[in-house]
Amino acid sequence: MALSQKTKETLLGPLNANNPVVVQVLGICSALAVTVQLKPALVMGVAVTIIVAMSNVIISLLRNTIPMRIRIIVQLVVVAALVTLVSEVLKAFAYDVAMQLSVYIGLIITNCILMGRLEAFAMTNKVWDSFLDGLGNGLGYAAILIIVAFFRELFGAGTLLGFRVIPESWYVANGGFYENCGMMMMPAMALILVGCIIWAHRSLNKEEK
Amino acid sequence: MFEGLYKLKEQLRPNFEEGGKLHAFWSLFDGFESFLFTPNTTGKRLGSQIHAGNDSKRTMIYVVLALVPCMLFGMYNVGYQHLLATGQLMGGLTSALFWKAFGFGLLAVLPYILVSYIVGLGIEFTVAQWKHEEIAEGFLVTGFLIPLIVPINTPLWMVAVATAFAVIFAKEVFGGTGYNIFNVALITRAFLFFAYPTHMTGDKAFIRTGSTWGWDGGHTLIDGFSGATPLTQLATGSSADVTFMDMVNGLIPGSVGETCVWAILMGACLLLVTRTADWRIMFSIIVTGCITALLFNRFGAADNLVAQYPWYMHLVSGGFLFGAVFMATDPVTAARTDCGKWIYGALIGFMAVVVRVLNPGYPEGMMLAILLGNAVAPLIDWCVVQRNINMRAKRVKA
Repeated sequence: MALSQKTKETLLGPLNANNPVVVQVLGICSALAVTVQLKPALVMGVAVTIIVAMSNVIISLLRNTIPMRIRIIVQLVVVAALVTLVSEVLKAFAYDVAMQLSVYIGLIITNCILMGRLEAFAMTNKVWDSFLDGLGNGLGYAAILIIVAFFRELFGAGTLLGFRVIPESWYVANGGFYENCGMMMMPAMALILVGCIIWAHRSLNKEEK
Repeated sequence: MFEGLYKLKEQLRPNFEEGGKLHAFWSLFDGFESFLFTPNTTGKRLGSQIHAGNDSKRTMIYVVLALVPCMLFGMYNVGYQHLLATGQLMGGLTSALFWKAFGFGLLAVLPYILVSYIVGLGIEFTVAQWKHEEIAEGFLVTGFLIPLIVPINTPLWMVAVATAFAVIFAKEVFGGTGYNIFNVALITRAFLFFAYPTHMTGDKAFIRTGSTWGWDGGHTLIDGFSGATPLTQLATGSSADVTFMDMVNGLIPGSVGETCVWAILMGACLLLVTRTADWRIMFSIIVTGCITALLFNRFGAADNLVAQYPWYMHLVSGGFLFGAVFMATDPVTAARTDCGKWIYGALIGFMAVVVRVLNPGYPEGMMLAILLGNAVAPLIDWCVVQRNINMRAKRVKA
């Protein structure tokens, strides 16, 4: 499928040059909270991607009928309905992950990326473009979550997706020398990691400014 | 007082010059002179301002010299605690055992010094090369402080990781030497403390019971051995078994440099005589710490052992004095206004005792207190300066 230049920009822009987390600095709160392990981060990324894309589509469909004065309420209702749906699906099919994510699934409603995309894009653009924009932003958010969670789980617990990467025999308790870094389990370290990603991102995209 | 040192040097000078009695040691004299007294020119007088004949190299050298007594005593104490724990001191301290203790400690501490300098300087050199900047002397003191404030059983690779973290994230990202917000050595310790808590507290951390490079291992521990520091003992609900004079003399478990009050006082004297560190900060920390301890004695819970700990014990236990003399007075991270220094010191003294008393999870509060002080120091300065500006503005109006 050949994508036009504009479509490409809408879909791929948020993944790199206009990333919602590291450029717009939105959604940091949940990025710190759910990235202790890779699995919840993946699920969270997928959930947000689905919700942003779907709510973008719905709001874009309704955009000409929503009265300007109550548009925030309408947007919230749509997002809340979608979040509830995703939450119920997760509880039914991935109960342990849903428990790990706990309140943060519900808090997707307050995720700044959602309201930002609805206000800035879906209210003024066509359905297909809005869908691509939502998809791109959701994936951009998920990408950062996955990078942060990768390092946090690897160095904080020695596992990836629950699979042991650093051998048990390396640990001090088993006569080795290695020890997990407890700092990685703390939100403070997640913020430092996000900072590092921003640092790397800015260094790679110098021509942006 | 500094002038006194300078005069003494000038008095000694003729002995070392051509034809003097000690001319053979001229290069030694010259070396020390350039070490301690250069640059000896003051800046150009511009109006009422004059720039002191001092630079960061001279400041750093003084701090390192001031730390030497702590380092030497710390090395001896590491060996001494080892001999004590393995029961080799049952027959009293002989001169052979004295040297064995010092040698053991030297071998145990030396790798930490090497690791902290190699990692820290390695990063500094890399960054300097990368940014085309000159190498700053900033790491000289930090690298010397790190081995003094970590427990002796911390694995070396952890110290390396923590040093790298601290130098990159507490110093280089802020712009390098002179721009850091937090004390770099303390960030190293804080990282270790939060990342590897099992190696930083408890009764195994502060005494090396095993061998050092295979030397003197294989002894069995004496019966009833406890390697807990006095503050840990208190925090876990048993009363501390050391007296005030034990703490002052420093032959107790603890981080390498922090135990001996005499050594810290020697360093403090040098820092104060050469005006490298500010007396206001030290004084303020110590007084506020004592007052806070007294308040807890009077109003604290009767069953909280740390709250009932007398003020003079608070003063000499843990890293309180070491932090007050060497860490809180770091001119880069401390408050800069005179009035601000009093407030900054008071905050640290107060918080250190509060953390000790109210949080059993952190037996020692000095590190966290100083880091908090570092964080608010710019705010304190801003308020003090603003108050000055307002006062003067009022005077102009009146």
